[in-house]
Amino acid sequence: MSTTVESLEREWSRFTPAQRVGRYFTYLIIAAAVVWALRTVEIIPEFLADAPEQMLDLFQRMWPVDWSHYYQTDGMGVHHALVETMHIATLGTILAVIMAVPVGLMAARNVTPFGPANFLAKLILAASRSVNSLVWALLFVAVFGPGPLAGTFAIAFRSIGFVGKLLGEALEEAKSGTIEALQATGAPWLSVLKIGYWPQVRPAFWSIAVFRWDINVRESAVLGLVGAGGIGMVIDTSLNTFRWDRVAMALIAILIVVLAAEILVTFVRKRIL
Amino acid sequence: MTVMAVPDSAMTASPKSAAIAVQDLVVAYQPGKPVLKGISLEIADSSVTAIIGPSGTGKSTLIRSINRLVTPTSGSILFDGQDLAKLRGAELRAARRKIGMVFQEYNLVERLSVMENVLTGRLGVTPVWRVWLRKFPREDIARAFDLLAQVGLDGYATQRADALSGGQRQRVGIARALMQDPRLLLADEPTSSLDPKTSVEIMELMTGLARARSVPLIVNMHQVDLARRFADRIVGMADGQIIFDGPPDALATEHLQQIYGGEGWLT
Amino acid sequence: MANVSSASGPRDLRAAGLSMSWTARIGWLLLVAYVLYATSILDFSFDRFVVGLENAADLIGRMFPPLFSRADLRDLMYRGLMESLQIAVLSSAFGIILSLPVGVLAARNLMPGWVTWPARGLIMLCRSFHPIIVAILFVKGVGFGALAGILALIVASIGFIAKLFAEAIEEISLKQVEAVRASGANFMNVLIFAVLPQVNARFIGFATYQLDSNLRNSTMVGIVGGGGIGGTLLSAFGRFDYDYVCAILIAIIAMIMVGELISQRLRALFL
Repeated sequence: MSTTVESLEREWSRFTPAQRVGRYFTYLIIAAAVVWALRTVEIIPEFLADAPEQMLDLFQRMWPVDWSHYYQTDGMGVHHALVETMHIATLGTILAVIMAVPVGLMAARNVTPFGPANFLAKLILAASRSVNSLVWALLFVAVFGPGPLAGTFAIAFRSIGFVGKLLGEALEEAKSGTIEALQATGAPWLSVLKIGYWPQVRPAFWSIAVFRWDINVRESAVLGLVGAGGIGMVIDTSLNTFRWDRVAMALIAILIVVLAAEILVTFVRKRIL
Repeated sequence: MTVMAVPDSAMTASPKSAAIAVQDLVVAYQPGKPVLKGISLEIADSSVTAIIGPSGTGKSTLIRSINRLVTPTSGSILFDGQDLAKLRGAELRAARRKIGMVFQEYNLVERLSVMENVLTGRLGVTPVWRVWLRKFPREDIARAFDLLAQVGLDGYATQRADALSGGQRQRVGIARALMQDPRLLLADEPTSSLDPKTSVEIMELMTGLARARSVPLIVNMHQVDLARRFADRIVGMADGQIIFDGPPDALATEHLQQIYGGEGWLT
Repeated sequence: MANVSSASGPRDLRAAGLSMSWTARIGWLLLVAYVLYATSILDFSFDRFVVGLENAADLIGRMFPPLFSRADLRDLMYRGLMESLQIAVLSSAFGIILSLPVGVLAARNLMPGWVTWPARGLIMLCRSFHPIIVAILFVKGVGFGALAGILALIVASIGFIAKLFAEAIEEISLKQVEAVRASGANFMNVLIFAVLPQVNARFIGFATYQLDSNLRNSTMVGIVGGGGIGGTLLSAFGRFDYDYVCAILIAIIAMIMVGELISQRLRALFL
């Protein structure tokens, strides 16, 4: 074609020069971070080389699984601890939701049109999320002593951030029309909440609660490692006595419970939400 | 049923000299329920063939069998010395490179730019690293610009595909197909998603470019007037079989009734 | 909204959110009953709670002022934080890289069943256990230290990113893929040009989210021996050095918040 010569001079590239510089820069930083980490991290190469053999040894020690450990009645049994774990997860979630509602209300800019209050609420929520549930567990074990009470509060305090943040976002998405109509009639604040916000937020509320419960089931299982009750304590004991076959039993039990919880949550999601 | 009009002898070509020869093609998505019931068709070089017929009659299946987006149950498709129906893997990919296709819903990669969509036509021959880094050879890029100009989209190279109108997207689709420098062009209901005016523009563009390059074009469409206007040859299908094959002027009302209407053709 | 003024039956009131259906009432009742049951089973008494509050007050008193003044402890804290950072960076990098192929292999619209089943099985395995438990297993396997933590978080990353990535791939428009296939491109080119552009944005979202999550978890794997500041924190708790605990917690929170900022920046840049 006659325009070929001109066309050969037309360039095309996927990114503008500015974008390319930005991307190269970012790749460079990421590469630098990885290289730094690789060079400074303390890994003993022999351990890495030894790893497959060690892992194999581990699995051999886990088999055969100590099934009898499940129903042990000396307080060390898996079944008892599992039930305790479920209670920790459920009560913790309920407590979290109760505490998260006022904070969520305070964080939503349409419910609380007062800047400093929003900020304070968001700070509380961020703090709750930044502290890992294990750390909350350590703190509450120091406060309440070892046992499921500490675990429940740990779960609760960790979950406030999650539930409160999502709740606040759901509230902010509520349509203002109904709310304004209610406010115009001079309805008391509580009624505005109950009749204006609640029906709109309700599906999201339950969805968030159920979602967090699912996560908390997993979290509750490990809190016992630091003494906060539940199956984690059983695992801790078995670890300290090197009874890997019992550890395996506990892990299998956790697996089944987590799977069951997932199925339950999916079922509830489909039917109710 | 019998063919309604005997084709002009200039239209038929022996399988050896035909651009593409479909022989006894049967396609059944479910065993025992064939959609195509033994199609035989020969296309000569550089012609525009329009396939018409009611929905569900297998027009799309026929077109898609040629570039093997659909796998035939039996029969053969002779193209460029190979039986397309039997190809697999690398050979199939090689054969597909020679066949360009224009789709009803354009099927552009929406998040990519117009230029990248046109360059898609060269993916069959570009090594992976070049594709990943988008470092296509300069000749390819130059050709892409040329093609964009030919389809009337000069200056659109850097726009994102989803920012274009339907007609513009189809033009990109045509440019993409031509980018492959194909020996055969297929079009599966290319104008069904477009308004009447744009449909005519697209048909004009497509048939003009195909003829200029001496590449046979097989179009599948349901707008009979467009078929009449732009095609050299019309193939009418009904119920999985060809029941009309001839030039547009030979297509009479009774043929249309037999293709589209009347109880006999609705099974 | 239901017209409350005219004769409003129970259904109207329910629709207006003013009254509850019987199933809802029963639901709430069951909830309250459960709470009472569970609290009694777990032996939560009011006395314990009150004692706990006293302990809490005492604890908070001992935590402040946070102990930043001792140089040797600061050093220890710094090294712990750096190790946690290393764990987070390496596990994210390798986890993201590995999740790409695993996710693609698990996508049922791209791959045949005999490929997707093992891939999805692998992903499920990675997700099943809490990262802390996985860390315990790796500590046994590769010894105490950062390696166990890194491996544990790589597993967690794959479980998260690959799963969501596979789901994202399963939602793409296959028409775009079909067109690219029709031009005779090989599988990799089809992947790069037709699949990835459709899921890039979501992949980056998942990757940055996991980066953030790994940073949080990297501060914890030390509690079970997986390296990082978690170990320092645990021993501080064990020695009742609550002011040091407070300092460490503040440092951790600060690091996590900075990490969140960086994640947001990365997301903005790549999207």
